[in-house]
Amino acid sequence: MDFETIFPFAQLAAKIAFVVGLALGVVPIMVWFERRGAAWMQGRVGPNRVGPFGLLQPLADVIKFFHKEDFTPRNANKFYYYLAPMMALIAPLCAMSVIPFGSHIVVEGKTVVLQIAEMDAGVLFILAFAGLEVYPIILAGWASRNKYSVLGALRGSSQIVSYEISMGLSLLSMLIVYGSVNPHDMVAWQSENWWGFLMNPFGALVFWISIFAETNRLPFDLPEGESELVAGYHLEYGAMKFALFFMAEYVAMIMASALISTLFFGGYGILPGMQMLIDMIVNHFGFSAVGAQNTLAAFQVLSLVSKVAFFMFMFVWVRWTLPRFRFDQLMDLGWKILFPLSLINLVVVTLAVYYFNS
Amino acid sequence: MATINVSKKYTAREKAYIPAILIGMKITMKRFIQGFLFRKHDTIMYPEQRRKYSDRFRGAHFISVDSNKTENCTACFLCETICPAECIHIVADEREDEQNPYGVKKEKKPVSFDIDLLRCCFCGFCEEACPKDAIKMSGNYEMATSSREEAIVDLDQLKRPMNGRHELNEGKKK
Ligand code: SF4
Ligand code: SF4
Repeated sequence: MDFETIFPFAQLAAKIAFVVGLALGVVPIMVWFERRGAAWMQGRVGPNRVGPFGLLQPLADVIKFFHKEDFTPRNANKFYYYLAPMMALIAPLCAMSVIPFGSHIVVEGKTVVLQIAEMDAGVLFILAFAGLEVYPIILAGWASRNKYSVLGALRGSSQIVSYEISMGLSLLSMLIVYGSVNPHDMVAWQSENWWGFLMNPFGALVFWISIFAETNRLPFDLPEGESELVAGYHLEYGAMKFALFFMAEYVAMIMASALISTLFFGGYGILPGMQMLIDMIVNHFGFSAVGAQNTLAAFQVLSLVSKVAFFMFMFVWVRWTLPRFRFDQLMDLGWKILFPLSLINLVVVTLAVYYFNS
Repeated sequence: MATINVSKKYTAREKAYIPAILIGMKITMKRFIQGFLFRKHDTIMYPEQRRKYSDRFRGAHFISVDSNKTENCTACFLCETICPAECIHIVADEREDEQNPYGVKKEKKPVSFDIDLLRCCFCGFCEEACPKDAIKMSGNYEMATSSREEAIVDLDQLKRPMNGRHELNEGKKK
């Protein structure tokens, strides 16, 4: 096998390793930050005994998860019971494959696009996999044969389905603005003009609220409302199966943050002020055009990562600020407020785009 | 019958959610910065730092002894009788005279005196009922054990000279 045949596979493998490694590597850090951040916001200290600043606490947790009894309820439907946690983790990881994390780099004279799956209908693919996030919840709740689990699953699925509508509508308004469903085009559009949320602030807000509901995060974490449902749909899961759900929540958060960054906050478009830094580095080391492009790509990855980090921080911040909604309030918010408003917003945006383009 | 209406009309600002949410997020951000940058916290770092409980705190029991290291208890069963959790178990016997060389003559003695700390609700009735000020409650709140059996303390573990409530009850472990 020569270089020509092996290269496409090698670059794909490298990209997958990068994205999956980053996504899963961030999870323990997020778990740590979630706990310490919560503690700081509540005037506590948080886990600080294991390792420096308690940073090894997630590691200790993982060791604990591995040593726990791998329990399966007697009456559970084994197949779906085991399928659910896997699906929970795989769905958001798959969705991440179409999020571009940089324009392209040049390796050995070949262009490597920094996106795992280059498809034109990228955003639709993400939506499809975001919709798939309902299934692990239903399967987990139903297969474990527990009343609490079923209730949690019911809540979770109705919540996700409801908020998907307003999420889809605000997404649609952005597609109209960009005139494309390809994430690369969107980022290019935003680099040339403004960031999406300046064009459509209301759509951004609705989308942002919806992703809280989609990822089952507080204030919308009713599917696992521990005061009413013990633990909701993952009540019967222990050991590593629970850990998978736990990881899935964070991977879904990363995916949602990457999605909102791409759609509304310039995606991998470099942060303002970075261009100067890039020029400085390129001039200082005397890079050629290839080197300059690769430097730019590195900064693009950095920009996206910092945007994702910002939204991850928002997730934690909001979680420890707001109490949980009541279920009817949640549905009211979804159907009576966000849905009509995002519909109106869609119409307004459509008319505006039509007006400005003609 | 008069009805008291406790619900109120929400203002448009309250109904809009967002301003209130922003105020809340401002508060948590303030706390976050305080905690993160200035290390401000109310946590008592437990094993190193201990909470000072009030003098009236009812912790683990002890049985006071006289200068002769003889327990003051005369096995009168008052504590066992009053105990609402029924966690005191006494077996009484006669006390030999040579065990009372001086002082008040105690004719009865407990052969065994067990308290099941897992059943005890730390109400302090036993302490109040005791006519001999024998059973007392200390300030010790560290009673964790690794088995249920260890939580049942016997006379040897309970006996202790009475020198202040706040000294931890360092009875011998079984
Ligand atoms: S404190 Fe109350 S419950 Fe405990 S032994 Fe004394 S009387 Fe019984
Ligand atoms: S501890 Fe006090 S109340 Fe209990 S049996 Fe002994 S003397 Fe009586």
